[in-house]
Amino acid sequence: MSVLIKARGRGQKGENQETKDNKDEQLILLLPFLPLTFFHPSSALRPLSSPILYPQKPMISSASVTNVVDTESVLQVENLSVYYGSFLALREVNLEIPKHKITAFIGPSGCGKSTLLRCFNRMNDLISGARVAGKVRYRGIDLYEANVDPVDVRRQIGMVFQKPNPFPKSIYENVAYACRINGYQGNVDELVEQSLQSAALWDEVKDKLKQNALSLSGGQQQRLCIARALAIEPEILLMDEPCSALDPISTMRIEELIKELRQQYTIIIVTHNMQQASRLSHMTAFFNTTLSDEGARGGYLAEFGTTAQIFNSPIQEATQDYVSGRFG
Amino acid sequence: MTPINHYSFSTPDAEQRFQPVLTSRYRLERLFSTVALIATLVGLIVLAVLLADILIDGLPRLSWDFITSFPSRRPARAGILSPLVGTLWLLSITALVAIPIGVGAGIFLEEFAAETTLAKIIEINIGNLAAVPSIIYGLLALQVFVRIMEPITGGRSVLAGGLTLSLLILPIIIVSTREALRGVPSSIRQAGYALGTTRWQVVRDHVLPIAFPSILTGTILALSRAIGETASLITIGALTFIAFLPTLIPITEGLRSPFTVLPIQTYNWISRPQPEFHNNAAAAIIVLLVVLLSMNATAIFLRNRSQQIRND
Repeated sequence: MSVLIKARGRGQKGENQETKDNKDEQLILLLPFLPLTFFHPSSALRPLSSPILYPQKPMISSASVTNVVDTESVLQVENLSVYYGSFLALREVNLEIPKHKITAFIGPSGCGKSTLLRCFNRMNDLISGARVAGKVRYRGIDLYEANVDPVDVRRQIGMVFQKPNPFPKSIYENVAYACRINGYQGNVDELVEQSLQSAALWDEVKDKLKQNALSLSGGQQQRLCIARALAIEPEILLMDEPCSALDPISTMRIEELIKELRQQYTIIIVTHNMQQASRLSHMTAFFNTTLSDEGARGGYLAEFGTTAQIFNSPIQEATQDYVSGRFG
Repeated sequence: MTPINHYSFSTPDAEQRFQPVLTSRYRLERLFSTVALIATLVGLIVLAVLLADILIDGLPRLSWDFITSFPSRRPARAGILSPLVGTLWLLSITALVAIPIGVGAGIFLEEFAAETTLAKIIEINIGNLAAVPSIIYGLLALQVFVRIMEPITGGRSVLAGGLTLSLLILPIIIVSTREALRGVPSSIRQAGYALGTTRWQVVRDHVLPIAFPSILTGTILALSRAIGETASLITIGALTFIAFLPTLIPITEGLRSPFTVLPIQTYNWISRPQPEFHNNAAAAIIVLLVVLLSMNATAIFLRNRSQQIRND
C-alpha cells in the first residue's frame, strides 16, 4: 500500500545548515492520502499523480540568517476565523509558525488560543458546530481543503493535551499502539524504547512496561503522552497547556523535555503561565478578547513577535499589561 | 447523633441576626429519614412476602423429576422440561438477534451518526419504543413474523418468538449501549484521534473496551426482561402443551419448532381449578427466578472481572 515518492529537494542555498531538511532528497509520504480516496466524494478530482505538494516558499539568502526567527515557516495561517455555531470565537488570524522553533500562545481565557491550536490538527472537527473560515497552509496545502484527510493531518501534527490522557492500557501498549495504527514497518519494541527515551521516561518505566499506564504519576503520564505523540514521528507537536494539571517539579521536567525536543520538532505551546512562555519559547503570540457588535466576547491575535520583544518591548499596551501581570 | 441540649457557640450579638433553630431542623431531618426508611421497607416486605408465599407453595413440589418431566394432565406427574428448554432456547435466539443489532445501532447512533434532526427523531422514538406495551409487539409479530414470514419462521415457532422478544428488548439494549458509550471520557477519544486514528479505530480499540462491561450489564438486564415476557408470546400463539423437545439437528427444524416458555406454563397452571397445579406453578416460578438470578449474577460477575482486568 505504501507509496513513497521521492521528490527532488530544493536547492541548498539559503538553508540553515543545521536544520534537518538539509538533505538531497525529501521523502514525502503519500500513503495516508490513499485510504481517503475510497470515501471522499471529491477524490476523483485529485488524481494520484497530481503535483506533490512541496511549498514554493521564498528563499532566504544565507547572509541574512542571523536572527533566530528568520527561518522558514512551517504553518501559514491566513485570515483564519473560527465559529462555534454563530459565535465568532477567533477573528481573522494571520500568523506564520517558524520551523524548529517553539512558539507560545498566551492570552486571557476565551481569547481563542486553544481554538487556534486545535485548528492545526483539525481537532475542531470533533466539536459539533465548529466552523473554520480562512486558511491554514501546511506544506503549501490548506488543511481545510476538501481533499485533505484530517486523519492524515493528525498523523503529521501531533498533540499533547491539558490533562494527561493515556489509554487505560499498559505503558508499552500506549506507545506501541500509536506505531501500529499508523502501519509502522520497523521494530516496534525499538521504537517504543526510543520514544520513551526521547520523552525522558525510559529510565523510570523500563522495568514495568507491562504495567497499566494509569499507575504512573501525573507528570509521568504526561511524558508518556508525549512519547506516544513522538512515536509516530510528527513534524509539529501541539501542546495545549501541557503542564497546567501538574505540580512544579513535574512541570520543570516537562519544560526541560520540551527544550530538548525543539531540536527536532516544531512546537506550539499554549500556556497560561507567562514565565513558562518566556523560559521556553522563541516566538510568542499574544491573543486578547474583544466585544463584538452583538456583545459576544471573541478572541483575536493582538500581537506576534519574538518572545524577547513581546515580553520586553511590546507594541500594544494590552500586551504590556498582560505580560506584566496587570490582567488576565 | 442529634444533640438535643447542645452548647451554642453563638454570641448574643450573632443570635439576634441569625436564628438557626437547630432543634426543628433536626426534627425535619428525622421525619424525612423515617419516611424514606418506611418506603424502603414497604418494597422489601412485599417482595419478601411474595417470595415466602411462593417458596412455601413450591418448594415441596420442586424435585429433579419436576424439572425433567414433560407437562401432564395429572398434576403429580407434570414437569417443566419443555418450558424450561423452551425458555433457554428462546433466550439464545433472542440474544443472537438482539445483541448484534442493538449494540450495533447504539454504537452507530452514539459514535458515527451526525447530530442531525433525523438522528434526534430516531433517538426520541427509540426512547418511546422502550415504553410500548409488549402486547403491541405481540400483535405486530403475529402479523409479520407468524403470518407474512411464515415460509421462513414456520408460523408459531420459537424463531418467531425470538424475533418478537428481540424487537421488545432492542430499545433497551440500544439505550443502555448509548449510555455506556457516553460514559467513556472524551479525553480518550481525543487521545486516539490526535494519533491519527480513524473513527472506527478509536471506537474499536479504546471506546468499546472501556464501555464493554456496562454494555454487557445492560444487555443481560434486557435479556432478564425477555425471560419473564408472557403477553407478546401468548399473542403469537406459543403453545402451552408441548410434550417434546426441539430437534437441534438440523437447526432449521429446531428454529421452526413450536415452543412454550416458563411464564406461559405458569400462567396455564395458575388458571386451572386444581390446587395441585397451583403448587406446580409456584415451583415453576422458583425455577424461573433461579434462572433469572443466575443471569443477573453472571452480569455482575463479568462486569467486575472486566473492570479488574482494566485496572490491573
